[in-house]
Amino acid sequence: MNHLPLIIKREYLTKVKNKSFIVMTILSPVIMIALVAVVAYLSQINNNAKREVSVLDNSGLMQSVLESTDNINYSFLPNMSLEEAKTLVEEQENYGLLYVENSIDVDTLANNIKFYSVDSPSLTFIGSLEDKLGNYLTDLKLERLNVNIEQIRNSRVRVDIVQESFVGEKTSKTDSIVKLIFGGAAGYLLFMFIIIYGNMIMRSVIEEKTSRIIEVIISSVKPVQLMLGKIIGTSLAGITQFVIWIVLGGILMLIVSSVFGIDLMQSQLTQQELINQSANTGAVSFEAQQVLVAFSNLPILNLILAFIFFFIGGYLLYSSLYAAIGAAVDNETDTQQFMLPILMPLILAVYIGIFTVIEDPHGMVSTLFSHIPFTSPVVMLMRIPFGVPIWEQLLSLGILIGTFVFTVWVAAKIYRVGILMYGKKPSYKELIKWIKY
Amino acid sequence: MDYLLEVHDVSKKFGDFTALNKVSIAVPKGSVFGLLGPNGAGKTTLIRIINQITMPDQGRVILDSESLQPKHIKDIGYLPEERGLYKSMKVGEQALYLAQLKGLSKQEAKKRLKYWFERLEIGDWWNKKIQELSKGMAQKIQFVVTVLHEPKLLIFDEPFSGFDPINANIIKDEIIRLKENGATVIFSTHRMESVEELCDHIALIHQSNKILDGKLIDIKRAYKTNTFEVGINPFQETGFENELISRFKTSKASYKSIGDELKYNVKLSDADSANDLLDFLMTKGSVCHFVEQVPSANDIFIQSVKSN
Repeated sequence: MNHLPLIIKREYLTKVKNKSFIVMTILSPVIMIALVAVVAYLSQINNNAKREVSVLDNSGLMQSVLESTDNINYSFLPNMSLEEAKTLVEEQENYGLLYVENSIDVDTLANNIKFYSVDSPSLTFIGSLEDKLGNYLTDLKLERLNVNIEQIRNSRVRVDIVQESFVGEKTSKTDSIVKLIFGGAAGYLLFMFIIIYGNMIMRSVIEEKTSRIIEVIISSVKPVQLMLGKIIGTSLAGITQFVIWIVLGGILMLIVSSVFGIDLMQSQLTQQELINQSANTGAVSFEAQQVLVAFSNLPILNLILAFIFFFIGGYLLYSSLYAAIGAAVDNETDTQQFMLPILMPLILAVYIGIFTVIEDPHGMVSTLFSHIPFTSPVVMLMRIPFGVPIWEQLLSLGILIGTFVFTVWVAAKIYRVGILMYGKKPSYKELIKWIKY
Repeated sequence: MDYLLEVHDVSKKFGDFTALNKVSIAVPKGSVFGLLGPNGAGKTTLIRIINQITMPDQGRVILDSESLQPKHIKDIGYLPEERGLYKSMKVGEQALYLAQLKGLSKQEAKKRLKYWFERLEIGDWWNKKIQELSKGMAQKIQFVVTVLHEPKLLIFDEPFSGFDPINANIIKDEIIRLKENGATVIFSTHRMESVEELCDHIALIHQSNKILDGKLIDIKRAYKTNTFEVGINPFQETGFENELISRFKTSKASYKSIGDELKYNVKLSDADSANDLLDFLMTKGSVCHFVEQVPSANDIFIQSVKSN
C-alpha cells in the first residue's frame, strides 16, 4: 500500500497549522520590513540634518572653495584670534570650526589646516573636506609652478578592459559582480533552507519518538516511506512559508515605501553607487546600464533549471541526514555531536563559494568542490552564473543524485533501527552497527 | 487444528545478541493466545516480526495459510507496549489518519469511529487535542484505533496498563467480545491473573527460547503435582496426625478459613487416588475442605523460568 501521499499531507498540514509556524510566517517579513524602514528613516533624518561649520580663514583662499550646500553651511568669521573663534563657535553650538593659517607656501598651508569640534566629526565629512581642499591646493601649487592645468586634465587616460571569451561571450567587471550576487543569493538561500527545515524535520522525527507513536505508525507503513513523507511534507511547508515571505515582504515593502514616503531601495542603491564610484569614477547611469546588460547576459534558463535541481538534490541529501539524526537520539540536546559533521561541509561550501569562486570561478578548488556532493549544490549554484559547461553540471548533478540515493539508504537504515531504540545516546560505532543490521 | 498464525523456527540476532532462537508458535483461529515471558525475553521482537516491523534472520511466518507479506498489514491490529499519539493533533483527525494508514477509506473510517466513540462513550472528545486528555483517555483512543479496521489478528502488548479497574474491565469485555466475533488475539502481559481470565493458549519465552507452549488447561494438568489441600476436624485428635503422615506424604497447610480445623497439604503417590485419600479422611473425622491444588499461571511461569 502506498501511504506516501497520506503521510505527506499530514506532515504538511500539521506544520502549516502549527501556531508558531503561522506566527513566524506572518511576523518575520513584518519585522524585517519594519527594521529596514526604521534604519532607512533614521539615516534619512541623519542626512537631512544641516551642519553649521564656521571657518576662520587667514589665507583668504577658501571663500571660493567652500560653498554652502543643502547639508553644510559654511560661515566665514571676520578677523579674530583663534581663541576668540573657538569660544564663539562653542557658544553657538556649531558643528565645528575649520582653521586655515596664512602662509605663502602651499605645503605649509596644507599641513596646518585644523578642525575643532566638540565631538569627533563624521568620517565622510572630513573625507570630503580633505578631498575638496586637497584638489584646490594641488591646482594652486601647479599654477604657481606655471603648469597648465587644462593640459594635465586632458591627458588623463581611463582604461576599461573588455573581457571576451573565445566563443564570443563578453564580460566585464560589472558582469562579474552581478553574477556573484546571483550565484551567492542562490547558494545562500539553499544553505538557509537546509538549516531551517532540516532542523524542523529532525524535530518532527524526535517528536514521534518521544510521543511513542512511532511503533503504531510503522506497524502500518514502511519506515522509509515515513521518512520520505516527512522530508517531502516539511519541504512543502517550507516552500509555502518562503513564498508567503516573499509575497508578504513585497507587499509590505510597497505599502511602507508609499505610505511613509521612504524609498527603501534608495538607501541600498546609494551604497551600490558609492561602491561603483570608488571602483571607477565614471558616470552612474552608465554603470546602471551595464548592470542591466549584465543581467540579460546571465544564462537565465540554465540558472533556473540548475537552481531547481541542485536545490532539490542538495536539500534532500541533507534532510535525510537530519532525519537519521532525529531517529538516532531521544531528545534535541543529544543531537549536538551529530550536527557538527553536517554543518561543517555546509559552512565550508558557503566559504568556498564566497572566497574562492569570486577569485577564480573555474579554478581547481572551485571545480573540485562543485563536484563533491556535500558542497556541490552551494558551490555549483554560485559558479553557474560564470558559465559552467553543461556536461560538468550534469556530472556534478549525477554524483549528487548518486550520493543522495546512498545517504537515503543509510539514513533509512539508521532511521529504521533508531526509531525503536530508547534510552542511551548511540555512539558512531553503534550507528555503523545499525547500518549493518 | 486450524491456525491463523504460524511462526516456524524464527531466529533474530542484533549484532552478537540473539533475540530469538528458533522460536515456533501456532495460534489457533478464534483463540486468545498468551505470549508470556520475563522482561527482555524476546516477546517484543517476536511481535515486531509478526507486524513486519523487523525482518527475521531465519524462519517463516504464515498468516491465514499465506506467507506474511506487506498486504497483511491491514489484517493485523497492533497495540504496542510503547504507545502514544501525536500530542498536538486532534483526536478525530488523528484517529482518521491512523485508520487510513491501515487501508480504510475516510468515509468508512469516520463511520466506524463514530460507532466506537459512542460505544465507549468518548464521542465528545473528537475535537480535543491529545495533550488535553489523561493517559487513560488516550489509551482508550489507542484501543479503538487498534481494532477499528476489524483485523483478523489482534496483538495487545500490556493492554491494561494505565487503565483504572473500571476502564480495564471495559477493555477486557471488549477483547472478549472481539474474540466472540471471530478475531484471534495475541496477548502479551505480565499480569498473570488476566492470563488466567482470558487466555486459552499460552507460550512462554525465556532467554530467546520458547520453553513452554500449549493449551493452558493441558499445561496446568502437566504441572499439577497431585497435591490436595485438606481441612479436617478429626474425631480423635491424638494420633491422627501421625497416622496421616505415615499413610500419605503430608505437610502443614495454611489456607484461609473461618473454622479451626487442622490444615494439611497431601501429596498423593501414583498408587493412591483422590478417593483413597477422601475415604481415609472420612473415617477419621469430618472433612470441611478438600481441594486439588491446581498450579496457577503465575506458578507455572515462575517454576518454568526458574528451572530453565
